[in-house]
Amino acid sequence: MRFISESSQERIPCYRVLDDDGQPLANNFVQVSEDVAVRMYNNMVTLQIMDTIFYEVQRQGRISFYATTIGEEAINIASAAALTMDDVIFPQYREPGPLLWRGFTLQEIANQCFSNKYDNGKGRQMPIHYGSNKHNYFTVASTVATQIPHAVGAAYSIKMDKKDACSITYFGDGGSSEGDFHAALNFAAVMEAPVIFLCRNNGWAISTPTSDQFRSDGVVVKGQAYGVCSIRVDGNDALAIYSAVQAAREMAINEERPVLIEALTYRVGHHSTSDDSTKYRPTNEIEWWRLARDPVARFRKWIERNGWWNDMAESELRNSLRQELLHSIQVAENLEKPPIADIFNDVYDVPPSSLREQEQWVKDTVKNHPLDYPENISA
Amino acid sequence: MAALFQAPTAFSSSNSLDSNKFNHSPSPRSLSERKSSILTVRSDARSNPLLNSAAHKPHRFITNAVATKPDTSLASTSSKPGHELLLFEALREGLEEEMERDPRVCVMGEDVGHYGGSYKVTKGLATKFGDLRVLDTPIAENSFTGMGIGAAMTGLRPIIEGMNMGFLLLAFNQISNNCGMLHYTSGGQFKIPVVIRGPGGVGRQLGAEHSQRLESYFQSIPGIQMVACSTPYNAKGLMKAAIRSENPVILFEHVLLYNLKDRIPDEEYVLSLEEAEMVRPGEHVTILTYSRMRYHVMQAAKTLVNKGYDPEVIDIRSLKPFDLHTIGKSVKKTHRVLIVEECMRTGGIGASLTAAITENFNDDLDAPIVCLSSQDVPTPYAGTLEEWTVVQPAQIVTAVEQLCQ
Repeated sequence: MRFISESSQERIPCYRVLDDDGQPLANNFVQVSEDVAVRMYNNMVTLQIMDTIFYEVQRQGRISFYATTIGEEAINIASAAALTMDDVIFPQYREPGPLLWRGFTLQEIANQCFSNKYDNGKGRQMPIHYGSNKHNYFTVASTVATQIPHAVGAAYSIKMDKKDACSITYFGDGGSSEGDFHAALNFAAVMEAPVIFLCRNNGWAISTPTSDQFRSDGVVVKGQAYGVCSIRVDGNDALAIYSAVQAAREMAINEERPVLIEALTYRVGHHSTSDDSTKYRPTNEIEWWRLARDPVARFRKWIERNGWWNDMAESELRNSLRQELLHSIQVAENLEKPPIADIFNDVYDVPPSSLREQEQWVKDTVKNHPLDYPENISA
Repeated sequence: MAALFQAPTAFSSSNSLDSNKFNHSPSPRSLSERKSSILTVRSDARSNPLLNSAAHKPHRFITNAVATKPDTSLASTSSKPGHELLLFEALREGLEEEMERDPRVCVMGEDVGHYGGSYKVTKGLATKFGDLRVLDTPIAENSFTGMGIGAAMTGLRPIIEGMNMGFLLLAFNQISNNCGMLHYTSGGQFKIPVVIRGPGGVGRQLGAEHSQRLESYFQSIPGIQMVACSTPYNAKGLMKAAIRSENPVILFEHVLLYNLKDRIPDEEYVLSLEEAEMVRPGEHVTILTYSRMRYHVMQAAKTLVNKGYDPEVIDIRSLKPFDLHTIGKSVKKTHRVLIVEECMRTGGIGASLTAAITENFNDDLDAPIVCLSSQDVPTPYAGTLEEWTVVQPAQIVTAVEQLCQ
């Protein structure tokens, strides 16, 4: 009679390509061309600047809410770079990177955050809840981990259609505690679905550290419990993420099986603009991760060493991005909000009479009391 | 609620062994001789066969006998058009036809594959369409509902079966926050044409957890439609309509109605999801009901007719949205409304319907709306206790008598 121990002697090792100084540790990684590498770096910087500026915009009271992805740029961009446009993405809410990679513009980002009439989502969701069917990026919902079974369903659909594609879903260390996570992994294994589960283990679920979230050796070991192969990756190493996701994609599609990737990283920013993380974690910890372990700087060192980047390109990029962002924000802020009809459309395919009545009532109310309602709304 | 008493007639609904001798279920031969009359009862001249054949279950649980309509048809059984089948077979027929018609339609749920489903609605489909299109899922309602939603957003048309409606409470998050909302919150970019279906309602001593009326809980969710079938004819028609709808639709079936037998047309037909069904036109009072309570109402109607009343019985079928057009027309005619439901008193379909009618047709009412519902208690297991929590025909008769004073 032998009980299996609750954890193995050693923790699962972590796959890494670049050291903290941007030097390759070995040659066991997928080579990335200059074009792809520079594009990846550009997108990572874009994400970083976008987050910094939008966070400030929220602090100025111009948008109601924002959540940054600071510290997780490598996961966001490198994973997207390893996929194709046909792979469907089911995000949690800290992954706008793949959208940027796929061509979503800063203006579209701003439109969503300001909920104006050009927002894809027609002003119906909170800021950062992006969604674009054109980019195969499914609309973010605030509910935690509900997207994980959706990804399995999409993989099932892809499998039925025999497409050369997979689905990928992102979630955090906290999300892995939800029931949906466990059942989805189980399903995917039983159904042999081509889906990649990418867990951003960033150490914190709002104020809950991982030590209070689970007692297993992170999330990677949970794969085996469900019959899903898994790997632990340094989430701040863009090349490691790129290699791992590409390999996972091939496995998922060619062997029709799910893959779990645990990307270790750190949530440098607060959970969102409604949070002040200095209340539950030391400031020097945050600063250390922000400066010494910055994934963007680390990747920059690698591309500079290859002669693909330099200081001038850096300052040009940052300046032009800043300009573009500020301009997009200004445009988005001054655009009209969506019309009242958009409160009632898309609830069903065709609005039933009860909703049409309710819509008329709202329109009448606004018309009769124009001073009580904002001006930048059309009836 | 009206006073409760055991009706000592042949239509007793008690499940105790003593009452078997009161069981009015006919022998198989006489059943096939029963005729169903086709009456044109809709304003748009579409005909609905009225269900009047007695319910005969081959199991030890016997459903109520149903009031028999006077035979007005002249044709004999042998030359009757259509074919006879049981309600669960009608659901399966509808499902099968839609799966043949559209390769994107698929089914997922527990034991729906080779087991054929706990109520045999999907029997034979896995053999015919393959294991991928009729998918057996592990036991995780939240997740397979989520899976269905994800599959729908990427182009499939899944039918998600809850083995019992009550289990879908585990999927409430997915149904409310995702299924109902994602079309809206995505700005119309992603649609979710799922059908969520399963048996619900109070059965025969299935216990509190398996006797839920989920329509009460789901009715508030914006973005979903709800329909309840009650006859083989409308079961097949609503199933097909639900599958073809671009909206998420919840189709409520009832545990005790699966073995209802009736004749349905051979030709293809699809019913409207938003229409109510006129079961029996009348002048004195409008009785609104759905699902199994339709049969209790029709039983009571027989007694009422004998007593000289002329009730108009409408099976509302569409629980969300209500067919206020049909209902309104009836209210304007009779000026009296009785709602008979299986939901609990608090927050049930009846409560919403009462509010909707009062708001829209208050001037047409001569008396306050009466709503007969189950009490706000979990359904007890003991047969007699369980029976007292469900509205019985005798209470319906008393309510109409009081309403029409």
